[in-house]
Amino acid sequence: MTTQHIELTVNGQVREADVEPRLLLVHLLRDVFEMTGTHIGCDTSNCGACTVLVDGESAKSCTMLAVSAEGRSIKTIEGMADGATLHALQQAFWDQHGLQCGFCTPGMIMQASWLLARNPDPTDMEIREGIAGNLCRCTGYVNIVKAIEQAATELRAPASTDAPAEPAAAS
Amino acid sequence: MTDMMSETGLLKETPQTTEAVGGMGYSVKRKEDPRFIRGQGEYIDDLVLPGMLWLDIVRSPYAHATIKGIDASEALKIPGVLAVITGADLEKAGLHWMPTLAGDKQMVLPTDTVMYQAQEVAAVVATSRYIAADGVAAVLVDYEPLPVIVDPFKSLEPDAFVLRPDRGPDKANNHIWHWESGDRAGTDTAMEAAEVRVSEDIYIPRIHVASIETCGCIADWNATRGQMTLHMTSQAPHAIRTVLALVSGLPEQNIRVKTHDIGGGFGGKVPVYPGYVLAVVASLTVGKPVKWIEDRSENLQADSFARDYHIHAELGATKAGKITALKVKTVADHGYTDAAADPSKFPAGLFNVITGSYDFDNAFVEVDGVYTNKPPGGVAYRCSFRVTEAVHAIERMVDILAHDIGKDPARLRMENFIQPDQFPYKTPTGWSYDSGDYPRALQKALDMIGYDDLRKEQLEKRAKGELMGIGISSFTEIVGAGPSHDFDILGIKMFDSCEIRVHPTGKVLARIGVQTQGQGHETTFAQIIAEELGFPVADIKIEYGDTDTAPYGLGTYASRSTPVAGAATAIAARKIRDKSRKIAAHLLEASEDDLEWTNGKFSVKGSPDKSKTIQEIAFAAYTNHPAGMEAGLEAVDYYDPPNLTCPFGSYICVVDIDRGTGQVTVRRFVAVDDCGNIINPMIVDGQIHGGLTMGFAPSLYEEISYDELGNNLAGTFMDYLLPTAVETPAWETGKTVTPSPHHPIGAKGVGESATVGAPPAINNAVVDALWHLGVRNIDIPLTPQKIWAILNEKGVTA
Amino acid sequence: MIPAQFDYVRPAAMHEALQILVDREGDAKILAGGYSLLPLLKLRLASPALLVDIRDIDGLDEIVETTDGLRIGSRSTHRSILENPVVVAGYPLLSDAAGGIGDPQVRNWGTIGGSCAHADPSSDWPAVLIATSASIVLRSTAGERTVPARSFFLDTFQTAIEPTELLTEVIIPRAPRPSGAAYAKLERRAGDFSTVGVAAQLSLGADGRIAAAGIGLTAVAEAPFAATAAEASLIGSEPNEAAFQAAGIAAAAESRPGSDSHGPAEYKRAMVKEMVVRALRSAAGRAQAQR
Repeated sequence: MTTQHIELTVNGQVREADVEPRLLLVHLLRDVFEMTGTHIGCDTSNCGACTVLVDGESAKSCTMLAVSAEGRSIKTIEGMADGATLHALQQAFWDQHGLQCGFCTPGMIMQASWLLARNPDPTDMEIREGIAGNLCRCTGYVNIVKAIEQAATELRAPASTDAPAEPAAAS
Repeated sequence: MTDMMSETGLLKETPQTTEAVGGMGYSVKRKEDPRFIRGQGEYIDDLVLPGMLWLDIVRSPYAHATIKGIDASEALKIPGVLAVITGADLEKAGLHWMPTLAGDKQMVLPTDTVMYQAQEVAAVVATSRYIAADGVAAVLVDYEPLPVIVDPFKSLEPDAFVLRPDRGPDKANNHIWHWESGDRAGTDTAMEAAEVRVSEDIYIPRIHVASIETCGCIADWNATRGQMTLHMTSQAPHAIRTVLALVSGLPEQNIRVKTHDIGGGFGGKVPVYPGYVLAVVASLTVGKPVKWIEDRSENLQADSFARDYHIHAELGATKAGKITALKVKTVADHGYTDAAADPSKFPAGLFNVITGSYDFDNAFVEVDGVYTNKPPGGVAYRCSFRVTEAVHAIERMVDILAHDIGKDPARLRMENFIQPDQFPYKTPTGWSYDSGDYPRALQKALDMIGYDDLRKEQLEKRAKGELMGIGISSFTEIVGAGPSHDFDILGIKMFDSCEIRVHPTGKVLARIGVQTQGQGHETTFAQIIAEELGFPVADIKIEYGDTDTAPYGLGTYASRSTPVAGAATAIAARKIRDKSRKIAAHLLEASEDDLEWTNGKFSVKGSPDKSKTIQEIAFAAYTNHPAGMEAGLEAVDYYDPPNLTCPFGSYICVVDIDRGTGQVTVRRFVAVDDCGNIINPMIVDGQIHGGLTMGFAPSLYEEISYDELGNNLAGTFMDYLLPTAVETPAWETGKTVTPSPHHPIGAKGVGESATVGAPPAINNAVVDALWHLGVRNIDIPLTPQKIWAILNEKGVTA
Repeated sequence: MIPAQFDYVRPAAMHEALQILVDREGDAKILAGGYSLLPLLKLRLASPALLVDIRDIDGLDEIVETTDGLRIGSRSTHRSILENPVVVAGYPLLSDAAGGIGDPQVRNWGTIGGSCAHADPSSDWPAVLIATSASIVLRSTAGERTVPARSFFLDTFQTAIEPTELLTEVIIPRAPRPSGAAYAKLERRAGDFSTVGVAAQLSLGADGRIAAAGIGLTAVAEAPFAATAAEASLIGSEPNEAAFQAAGIAAAAESRPGSDSHGPAEYKRAMVKEMVVRALRSAAGRAQAQR
């Protein structure tokens, strides 16, 4: 087994590893770097559970080689919260009951973050099309769409002046 | 005095506790979510144990073949491949077959014959995931293909070859069992006398739950301690522990089954799969932890399937549309073994609930189970024991009857419903429905969707040649198995349990016998305790899924968590309240009878300032309890439900059909559900959204079908089409509340109602759009090619 | 699902890549976005000895309009094409097609060159390139050659690319005005491969009749192909429903669909007719708007 040395940035930190060329990015993250928030659901790049951002673009990490990610900047679900402060999407998924078993959630949140970075004020159908590569078996998507709408509203609001959007659900 | 059952069945339409306490009726945000939204859930493949090895499985490309030889020599040459386990190895230990939950038996690994495509043939144990996969690719198996039976009707023909010669000469055929329910002669007489008879063949195809997380486990054998720990994705960990003890001979106290976070279950994580057993055998063999994680193709091709029911139904009625009789004959395709997880007395589950929401006297149902060269079927897809198949059949038949006699399907339902004053209602097949108000739910759905206007629009569209349909389903579910006189699995009664410990500082730990795979038990069970005892939800921790600590329970499936373990939780809490009353009486120097319980405290009647909070009582239970009383504040309850609960609802679906392509679009879908008193409205809505989507999916997209050679035609997510957010309708939900009269908190199960209720509404809508063309039935999935073929035959393609 | 072992190189420049293809002729596979190749590797349906990642080679992801037409670098992603201002302004057929490929993540990383070189019989780009009579530029150490899209897609997963060649760009000629083009894709569900995909382009003469027509079909034969009889049937016709229906019927007759989970051959043939008509209606509408 020949390995290659790679260096890449994960959630702002430079990481290194010696990897087989065939190692998938998702296994680099999960098995080598022990960041298990990124999940594997299908192997054929249909379900999106393994979605991460690579140089800002959402990608299915089961369909990218670790060696191809060399030198790139990866962002995973573990990089979304700022310490104790949740990212607006994380908060919104919680507020709106946008998850049940939680397995698709990290990929869904990463894909939604890509969507909102490109389209800060998406319509209902733009959100649905934006997450068309992410399958959820539990929620029926209704509350995921609501959560992304809530986060979009909050992220558009000037940070210092507006209070966070009021969650629909009592807490 | 006792409060134990005093509040049973009370209507709770508004919250009884404060929002800070967060008891029943509050949409409390889920306590489990913080770890999931941060990517810090702990699913089985996230877990790594020191020295852990990987197991991967060699699978058969053939649906039926003789294994002439297995050559593992090349695989064993790969550095890091430690062992290859075959059926011959298992046979030495008598582990090549295992019992199924249905009392049949299933191969762990074959010694001579494979029975379905993707069946396990050998297991490779290696030092890494990647090397194990290389080992699998290097194992050479010499197969001699055999004839294949995929059609259960052909399997029943007298000259069909016998799939399971291991059953002995007395059973030299492919018939597994016959089961019947109701009065055959009475039904025949009533059917004969019926003024109107409608009959139809309805096939409900094989589908797969396809939870986004596949199945997996880590078996961890510690030889020194004689301890087997099995970390696994199981909806029923205690049952697994007992089965493992019986199969392996290991003492049950030395087996610990531990679940972690589970990425969706829907019934697919109830059975015992060969992969789990192989990991256990491998760990026993090598003395190290062994992980097995199936990939998606293995999951779709080899794990248990649902449905596969070939139903012939006949409905008798008066000319005015009053139903008088129902007769149903069904062939159930179980694959090569009956590995269903139905209660022992019910090989066809609760299929005889098929009389549905309608009041009539004569019904007869029979089902024959059949073997074919397919993986074990008949398990689940978010459905409580064959109720989906039953509801589908009756709701389709009622619609066909309405159309046949020219009566509006909503009106025909209203005229045949069991009325609210008829509950508890005894059905002609022997079930007792606990409570219901079917007309109210249907009327609410009709009002929400604007039914009359839609019917007008449909007429206008039809005049223009456009195809629009409206479909109704008024279903009755039957969940919460179940009462011990009828319900057991392998002899274990289907009770469930809760243990509550109140700590001195007024904080609570509760452990339950059921398991969550996304339902939110950590939140809703805390709300039940908050409701009963007044502790804030934030102060209550719910644990489950560790057989070393949780009380014995049968697990979560068939919408049984709230009806059974939820009841146990309420009763355990009431036991604590009873003891608390005694402690409060001691502290307040009052008689127990002079105390009243409100808002989390006992106070002296007429002197509300003389009171003790539950927290003060908890502290006293450890510091100042009455003489002669045991210290502590704990209770456990094993709840044996007196009856099942019957959630119900009415769903209405509007579809548009593209005449050019046959594509069906669900334009609107209104779901009015009644699941009795509601613990958490947000979670109930989430369960309904998800259930609706898992009803929508097989209605339009999902099917596991096989070609003549037994090849699975939907073995990846490229061909097994789960709906995305784009197609999934924006579900519109409504509620009515009819408490269960026998459940301690008046609640019913809800997780599967929508999966049961949605498909016939969609199916009825599509047939409704095409009825005027002479279409009486189309089986799901309602694929574009199927619809187009009908349009083409009728000469109405665009 | 785990790929078999392979070696991996990531040449920094075009000439290095081309030399590797010569040195390892037949052993090497080009890796671009990976969305076609990696699933094959994971299913172990392909096991090349060497992957040549072209990520670092300059100049492969440009989209520029020249006098020849639109030149699209092979490493351009579906999304970069979808959102390119020149494409948005003048090549709606490309936007139609790019927007329907896979899902957002696939569009972020999947490339036009990878899709064409992989030559899945139901991928969308080949139909577009055929309808527009595009050219495909292939480079090797021996130089560059240009292959018409209409003779590039030879069979299922087979193209005119030699093992020593790299697909560097596609050139979509500018259609004479007034013209219009559209892509009509029938899919079972969002993100699915096409049941039928139809790319259609029409140019109108001064008399308002159809002067030139291009129709590329995907998913209904062993490889994407030009519906030449349908194209011929349109020439000289008014762009009206009768002409579109006739072209649809001709295209259906030209297609050679197999039966699979997308539907039986009869259904797919009927859908060719339906989708050809829909693509032509839309293309004609766009052409009329240019008049």
